[in-house]
Amino acid sequence: MKLFPIRGGIHPAYRKQATAEKAIVALLPLPARLYLPLQQHMGAAAEALVQPGDRVKKGQLLGRGVGPVSAAVHAPTSGRIAQVAELTAPHPSGLPQLTIVLEPDGQDEWAELAPPIADPFAADPKAIKERVAQAGIVGMGGATFPSSVKLDLGTRLKLEILLLNGAECEPYLTCDDRVMREHPSEVIDGARIMAHALGAPRIVIAIERNKPQALDAMRLAASAFPAIEVVDVPVQYPMGSERHLTQAITGQETPARKLTADLGVVVHNVATARAVHHAVRFGRPLLSRVVTVSGGAVKEPKNVEAPLGTPVADLIDFCGGLSETPKRLVSGGPMMGQPLPSSEVPVVKGTSGILALTTAEANERPTQPCIRCGTCVTICPCGLVPVEMAAHIRKDDLDGAAAWGVMDCVSCGSCSYICPSYIPLVHYFNYAKGRITAQDRERRKQDEVKRLAEARAARLEKQAQAKREAAARKAQAESPAP
Amino acid sequence: MRLIIDKSGPFTHAPVSVQRIMATVILALVPATLFNIGLFGWPALFLFVVTVGSCVAVEAACLMLAKRPVKPVLTDNSAILTGWLYAMSLPPWAPWWTGTLGAVFAIALAKHVFGGLGQNVFNPAMVARVALLVSFPVQMTLFVAPHPIFGAGSPGFVESLAITFGPGATDAVSAASALGYVKNELARGIPVADTLKQLSREALDPGLRHLPDLMDLAIGFKAGSLGETSALLVLLGGLFILARGIISWHIPVAVLGSLFLFGTVFHAIDPTRYAPGYFHILSGAAILGAFFIATDYVTSPVSKSGQLVFGAGIGALTWLIRTYAGYPEGMAFAVLLMNALAPIIDQHFKPRAFGRTRKGDPLPIAKGEP
Ligand code: SF4
Ligand code: SF4
Repeated sequence: MKLFPIRGGIHPAYRKQATAEKAIVALLPLPARLYLPLQQHMGAAAEALVQPGDRVKKGQLLGRGVGPVSAAVHAPTSGRIAQVAELTAPHPSGLPQLTIVLEPDGQDEWAELAPPIADPFAADPKAIKERVAQAGIVGMGGATFPSSVKLDLGTRLKLEILLLNGAECEPYLTCDDRVMREHPSEVIDGARIMAHALGAPRIVIAIERNKPQALDAMRLAASAFPAIEVVDVPVQYPMGSERHLTQAITGQETPARKLTADLGVVVHNVATARAVHHAVRFGRPLLSRVVTVSGGAVKEPKNVEAPLGTPVADLIDFCGGLSETPKRLVSGGPMMGQPLPSSEVPVVKGTSGILALTTAEANERPTQPCIRCGTCVTICPCGLVPVEMAAHIRKDDLDGAAAWGVMDCVSCGSCSYICPSYIPLVHYFNYAKGRITAQDRERRKQDEVKRLAEARAARLEKQAQAKREAAARKAQAESPAP
Repeated sequence: MRLIIDKSGPFTHAPVSVQRIMATVILALVPATLFNIGLFGWPALFLFVVTVGSCVAVEAACLMLAKRPVKPVLTDNSAILTGWLYAMSLPPWAPWWTGTLGAVFAIALAKHVFGGLGQNVFNPAMVARVALLVSFPVQMTLFVAPHPIFGAGSPGFVESLAITFGPGATDAVSAASALGYVKNELARGIPVADTLKQLSREALDPGLRHLPDLMDLAIGFKAGSLGETSALLVLLGGLFILARGIISWHIPVAVLGSLFLFGTVFHAIDPTRYAPGYFHILSGAAILGAFFIATDYVTSPVSKSGQLVFGAGIGALTWLIRTYAGYPEGMAFAVLLMNALAPIIDQHFKPRAFGRTRKGDPLPIAKGEP
């Protein structure tokens, strides 16, 4: 298949060898408590359906999705609800979030699950989307957007390609690699079901060239299906970004403020496809995920299939514990992952990795003045000028930063990674994006208030006018005609 | 375990640093510098040491005056590099104070007055060179013929001390640099082509006369500043930093390309008046300027398209100044003029953002084959 180049990007130290050859192992024994935040996804938080003291079974619905963009939460094992309370969430803010605490009873007793969809390719796409929604599946590459909503894009747009993202371009992470090597048929089956739901005739599975075994396994599993192409893409960060992967495969740039779906391409992660397979073929909701536990401070790095809600501390203990206090604890990859405030937070649906990074690995140094080397400009995969955006943000000139395109930044981290002056560019951009979004919201609100006020003034004016006219007419009628 | 969260990612970083970049550029200059010091003897070494040392001292003084921490800035190697480049633009037998005074211009005025590293608009080394050239035209254009360091007839150590630190002793040995020579001869009515034929033989040590003209220019057995007499070694250094990814090809190629183009076109029009393109490239500090001076990060545009415009401008201006203005060596002026334009170039030559047209509007959705 002809590939197209993507602009810029970097080649970070990948450091995948620590876990690449480690087969997925199940976390045993189960943790003493599982912590299940009601919001593990983008969109509205789920609504709790259980009370403290309730007995629940494995796979039972604990939280129901609310509104159009939301996701359900299920019990990863059987046990007793100990608490429904505000607890620290796996988020850099460290702010508490409504969380269901489950004490496993060790029985691992299944609830009654939804029946398998016998022939998904004959089923109504709607039924599949419903099943995916019921199963609480979200984008497992880290974006955590509810998958059922994304599968619905086919009703609005004409889709050509389901692009399955197996690039795994973040350093350290090998969870997708292992899933593709160990469960290729499940991934392929899930992809075929998703393509059916989307109405997309073609499936392209993109995997970076540094995963030859995953490529072989997936090619073998896909060989029976002519609609599926397994493509090896160059090793280039951020190849796994939806827009850039779409460009590499189709040669097309997704226009600003549009979706790849507008080009006929929908991107889903490989682990998501596997979860869809489980949901459709076995009625199993999303209860666990594969997490790469790695980083120089972890004694025995592993790929662990961990129940959702497992405290990070338990996961690290399972991997032999820490050899030193890490400089950073990160959820996800080191480029775009979130820093964790402590190891007490749980694994959630988007946790692709838990990394305990040493000082040497993090390689943080004091910021020096920008020397305008232009490297950040050369490598920005979005064609932006980070040095100018940062200069404007430093002067608190958010409009200037916006004019230089800060809202187009995908926060891939390439510019910060490469900056010889160790300027935390992405930190600036995230701050600016947050502020600008808030300002826009505020402005829209004010505009709305203004519009309402103006409408009211106009209405009053109209009434007054009508009154005046009526009075004038009356006066005219009363005065005798000349 | 609790961890501080004080920044967003990434939580890994390329093993790069400002110090390392500066040090690599300096390393790239070492062969040419050693060769030239060897070629011009002890005085060249003394002047070089005084110049670099002065730059570091002035940097330290400025930091102390501004009450800023000295060590982290001093160790970024940028003052050494500035001093090094400035030293390479000096006539090798110039008196010591040209180095020290230049250091004040370069570091104090061109750099710290603007706010220090990264803030300056003009290339500090070139500011110093031009300031000195304008103020002390005699000392700054008094080039000597090569005097290999241990060669017969070359000044010894003590004698050299007198040359560098004594009161102007270089009159007797002066020789024009190639560019100055062509210009002088032209002024006397001798066509450029004829001058070129005998060029460098005039200035050469008799023992070296068997070398052909072009090779003289390239290898550097000729009168000139430290950086202009060995185009080949400077070029090697330039290719080294290019290969190490410290500079990209855009500025050097644009500078040399436009200089060569102007030279060649006008030489074709009237070979008696205009020097050929290769002469422009191999003489003066063209190669040094293209690879090491025009590429100064702080004072050049950040985008590739901007860098091409910037480089082409330097090449064109260099040719203009060399050909028509009073100074035979136009590179320094050309660099400063384009430095002034760099911020404007940066405004107008941005890369095209992903998913947008050059003007910044979202791309239209291309219908058809995905
Ligand atoms: S990479 Fe860093 S030092 Fe270089 S221009 Fe960008 S912000 Fe400045
Ligand atoms: S500006 Fe944004 S998109 Fe560009 S490299 Fe930096 S983080 Fe990535």
